[in-house]
Amino acid sequence: MNEFLQQYVFSYLDTKGLTPGGAGNIFWATVYILLVFGGLSVAVIAMNWLERKILAHMQVRLGPMRVGPHGLLQPIADAIKLLLKEDIIPAEADKIIFWIAPFIVVLAAFTVFVVVPFGPTHAITDMNIGILFMLGVSSLSVLGIVTAGWASNSHYPLIGALRSSAQMVSYEVAMGLAVVSAIMMTSLETGTGTLSMIGIVQAQQAQGVWFVFKFFPLGLIAFGMFAIAMVAETNRAPFDLPEAESELTAGFHTEYSGFRWSLFFLAEYSAMIAVSSIAVTLWLGGWLRPFPGVHGPSIAIPHIWPPADPAAPTGALDFVFALCPGISFLLLGAMCFYNVQRMPKHPLFKIQTMGLAGFGAVLGLIGLIMFLPPVRDRVEDIFWFSAKVAGFMYLYIWYRGTFPRYRFDQLMKVGWKVLLPTGLALLILTAIVGMHADLWAQITGGGQ
Amino acid sequence: MTDPNTLSPLDLETPDKTFLDTNELVINMGPQHPATHGVLRVILRLDGEKVLGLECVIGYLHRGVEKIGENRTYTMFNPYVDRMDYVAAVSNGLGYCETVEKLLSVEAPPRAQYIRVILTELNRMASHQLWLGTHALDIGAITPLFYTFRDREEILKIFEKYCGARLTTHAFRIGGLQYEAYDGFEKDVKNFVDFVKPKIDEYEELLTTNRIWLERTKGVGVISGKDCVALGVTGPVLRASGVKWDIRKALPYANYKNFDFEIPVGQNGDTYDRYIVRMAEFRQSLRIIEQAVEGIPAGPIMAKVPKVMKPPVGEVYHSIEAPKGELGYFIVSDGSTQPYRVRVRPPSFVNLQALDVMCRGQLVADVIAVIGTLDIVLGEVDR
Amino acid sequence: MNPVVTNPPITNPPVATPFFFYLLAATMIIGGILVITRKNAIHSAMALITALLAQAGLYLMLYAPFVAGVQIILYAGGIMVLFLFVIMLINLERNMKERQFNKQWLVGIVAAAALGGLFITVYTTATRGKPLFPEGRVIYADGQNTQAIAALLFDRSTGQYMFAFEIASLLLLVAIIGAVVMAKKRI
Repeated sequence: MNEFLQQYVFSYLDTKGLTPGGAGNIFWATVYILLVFGGLSVAVIAMNWLERKILAHMQVRLGPMRVGPHGLLQPIADAIKLLLKEDIIPAEADKIIFWIAPFIVVLAAFTVFVVVPFGPTHAITDMNIGILFMLGVSSLSVLGIVTAGWASNSHYPLIGALRSSAQMVSYEVAMGLAVVSAIMMTSLETGTGTLSMIGIVQAQQAQGVWFVFKFFPLGLIAFGMFAIAMVAETNRAPFDLPEAESELTAGFHTEYSGFRWSLFFLAEYSAMIAVSSIAVTLWLGGWLRPFPGVHGPSIAIPHIWPPADPAAPTGALDFVFALCPGISFLLLGAMCFYNVQRMPKHPLFKIQTMGLAGFGAVLGLIGLIMFLPPVRDRVEDIFWFSAKVAGFMYLYIWYRGTFPRYRFDQLMKVGWKVLLPTGLALLILTAIVGMHADLWAQITGGGQ
Repeated sequence: MTDPNTLSPLDLETPDKTFLDTNELVINMGPQHPATHGVLRVILRLDGEKVLGLECVIGYLHRGVEKIGENRTYTMFNPYVDRMDYVAAVSNGLGYCETVEKLLSVEAPPRAQYIRVILTELNRMASHQLWLGTHALDIGAITPLFYTFRDREEILKIFEKYCGARLTTHAFRIGGLQYEAYDGFEKDVKNFVDFVKPKIDEYEELLTTNRIWLERTKGVGVISGKDCVALGVTGPVLRASGVKWDIRKALPYANYKNFDFEIPVGQNGDTYDRYIVRMAEFRQSLRIIEQAVEGIPAGPIMAKVPKVMKPPVGEVYHSIEAPKGELGYFIVSDGSTQPYRVRVRPPSFVNLQALDVMCRGQLVADVIAVIGTLDIVLGEVDR
Repeated sequence: MNPVVTNPPITNPPVATPFFFYLLAATMIIGGILVITRKNAIHSAMALITALLAQAGLYLMLYAPFVAGVQIILYAGGIMVLFLFVIMLINLERNMKERQFNKQWLVGIVAAAALGGLFITVYTTATRGKPLFPEGRVIYADGQNTQAIAALLFDRSTGQYMFAFEIASLLLLVAIIGAVVMAKKRI
C-alpha cells in the first residue's frame, strides 16, 4: 500500500509536459488546487490592501496606516469584522435563493482557475476547450447576481441586479469577439488552432511574439477591446453605475451583510483576476518573459546557469530575465526597510516597526531563495504570469481613481455600438490578414 | 402621449388622463442622500428611466434666520449671515455689510474695500473648489475632490490667520473691517496665487477633455438664457446659458470698477458649459486678487459709524455677486436699533426652481449631475 | 455520415466512469423532478440550471468537450438568465397559489407509464440480439471534438452543414429583429 502511494505520488513528477489533470493524478491535482486556491485568497487579500493604499496615494492621502505597519493587517481586521457581523436577512426574502446567490457567484469565480496556466505544466488541468470553459463559467456569475437581486425582495436591488447582469451580458459579446480573433492567431504557424490555454501560450512561444504585437495594430486593438470589456464585465469603474453609492439604485448586494457580502466581494476580485488571466494568456504571452524570441549569446556560469533542464534556453538574456523574480522580491524587501527607517521613533511605534522589519526580512528571504537555481527555474513562469496579472490589477485601481462613471445608457451604447462593430471588423480583418500572412509581411516590411 | 415639457409642476399629483403607459413611478430622493448636497428632498416622477417632472421639498434646514434678524441689532445680526451660505461665508458678510452701509449712507474706506475684495475673491475660489470636488464626486470621479480640498486648505489658512475662523468667518464689519491685515498678508496671498495656478491646470487636465466627463455633462440639464431670465436664475448658471450678466460689472460695488477682469460666458447652457464657466471664473478671480494685492492703499480700515446704529427710516435693496449667483439683501428700517425686516434673496433658492426645467426629459442618473451643477447650498435655500 | 477520425490511443483512461455517470444522471433526474414540483418559479429555474449543468457533464463523459462548453455558455449562462429575467419581471403571485398538479394526475401517470413501456419494448426488440447501444460510436481523443465539428461545418470535402447553419443563424437574426421592433416604443 505504502509503495503504491509512493509510486502514485512520484509517478507524476517523472512525467514531463503534463498537468496533473492531464496525467490523471488526483493527488497532485488536489495539491495544485489547494495551492491555487490559497494563492488566490492571498491575492484577494493583497488586492484589498493594495486598492485602498494605491487609491489613497492617488488621492493625496495615506490610506490605512494604523492597523499594522502601513495598514498591512487592515484586510485581516476587515475580514474579522465581516465575519463577526450580524447576518441580516430581509423579512420576506426567499431564504434558499438568498443563501444560494453568493454561493453561485463565488463558485463561478473560483472554478475558472482550474484551467489558468501559470506555466507549461503549472495548471490544475489543461482542457482542450480551456478558453471556452473560462468564458462559459464566468458567464454563470450573471445568474448569481440576478438571483441575489431577486432574493433581496426589494425594488432597488432588483433593478440594480438586472442592470448589472444586462451590462455583463452585453460586454461578454465584445469579449468573445476579441477572444476569437486572438484564437485565430494561434493557427498561423501550425495550421490548426487550439482553444487550450496552455496551447495558446505555446503558440505565442512558437511564433516568438506576444499576440498583442502580432499583425500590428490588429492584436493591439483586440487587446484594447478585451481590456475595456473585462472592466465592464467585472462591474468596476468606470462601468460601476449599478453599484455606485451616489445613485438611486443601490446595487444588488445592498441587502447582504457580513459574511455574505464578503463572498460577493471575494468573487468580484477573483473575477477580476480571472479575466486578467485570460487577457494575459491570450495577448501578453502568459508565462513567457518579455521578448521570448530573443535569447542573446549562450553563456555558462558554473552551478548557476544553464538550468538543469536540457531543453531550456541558455542565452544571456534568458539569464538576466531569470534573475527578475529574486530581484523584485529583494526590491520589495528594500522598500520595507526604507519605510522602517522612516517610522516615527516613538516607543508606541516599536511593535509596528519591528513588524514591518520582519515583513521586509521575510520578503528579502524569499527573494534570496528565488536566486537558487532549482527554485528559480520552477518559479520563473509563475512569476512572469503573476507580474502581468498584477499590472492589470494596478490598471483596475488606476481606472477607479481617474475616471468618472458612465451613465447606464451610455455604458450599453459603448458595448453595443462601439465595441461590437469594432470586434466584428477586427475579426474579419484578422482572418483576412492571417490567411495572407506573407502578403501582410510584405506590406509591413518584414514585420509580423 | 403628452409632451412632458409642458407639464407644470402643479400637475405632479394628478395623473394625466391621456397618459396610457402605466409604467410611471414616483420616487423620493430623501432628505438623506449622498448626492443632494445637504438635506434636500426631491420627488421625481419617472417614466421608466426618464424624468417627467420633479418637485423639491425644502425647509429641512430652516432656522428662522430672517425672523431672528428682526430681534437683533444690526451689528449682532452680522455673524448670522455667515451661516446661510456656509461655504462662502465671506460673501454673505460682504452683502450684508454693504447693504447696511447703504442704509446708513456710509462707505467703507478704500483700504478696507481692497482687503474685502481680496477676501471675497478668495472665498469665491474656495466655494468653486468645493463645488468642483463634490460635483465630480457625484458623477463618479472620486479623485478631484481630494485635490480641490487640499488646495482649499491654503485659502482657509489665510482666513484663519486673518480672523480666526476658517468657515464662518464673520470677517467684515459694518463700515469696514475690524482687523487690520496681519503682517505677511500680502505675501501669503501672492504665494497662494502662485501656488494655485498650476493646480487649476491640474483639475482641468483631469476633467475637461476626459471623454467620459464630456459624455456625462454635454447636453445634460440644458436651460436657455430666456428661461433663466424668466425664472430669475443668476450666477454661473445664467452666464453659461449665454446671458452676460455679472453684478460686479453691471452694478459695481466695493471698488470692483478699479479692477480689470472678464466675465466668462457659455453658449449651450448645459452642465459642461457651467463647468467651463466656473473654471474660467477661477482664473478671473486670480486676476482680481493679483491686481488687488498689488495696490492696497494705506489708510483707515473703518469708516465713521455710530456705536449704536439707528439707521434712518427707509428700505434698501442691495445685491452682490456671490459665488452662486446674485445674493441680495432687502432691509427695512423703522428707525430703531433693530431692523424691521431683513429679507435675504439667496441665489440657491431661486436657482433651485430651474431644477425642474433642467431635468425634464433627462435620465435619473442625470438628476444628480444637475443638482451638482446648480451648486446649491441648503443653508441658503432654507435659511 | 459522421467522419471517423483515426486517433492515437487514449493515453489517460477515464477515472471512475460509472460513479460520475450515476452522479450526473441522478443530478439531472432530481433536477428535472424539482423543476416540475416546485411552486416557486425561481426554484424551478435554479433546478433546471442544475440539470443543464449535469447534462454538460454528461457531454464531457461522451468525449464532446466543445458541446459541453457551449452548453454551459448558451443554456446555463444565456437562456436560463433570460428565463430568470422573464420570471422576475412578471408578476407570478397568482401562480404561486395554484395547485401544483391538476386533477388528472392519475391519467397522466398511466400515460407516462405506457410511453415508458413503449420505449423499452422498442429498444429491446428492435436490436434483435445485438447490443443495446452500438459499439460503433466514435470516440474522439482529446482535442479532436472541436476540430471535428469545424470539419463538419467548414471543410470542403466533409463539410455539409454550412448551409443549414447559416439558415439557422438567419432565423435567429429575424427573431432578434422582430423582438427589438416589438419592444421598442419609438425608433
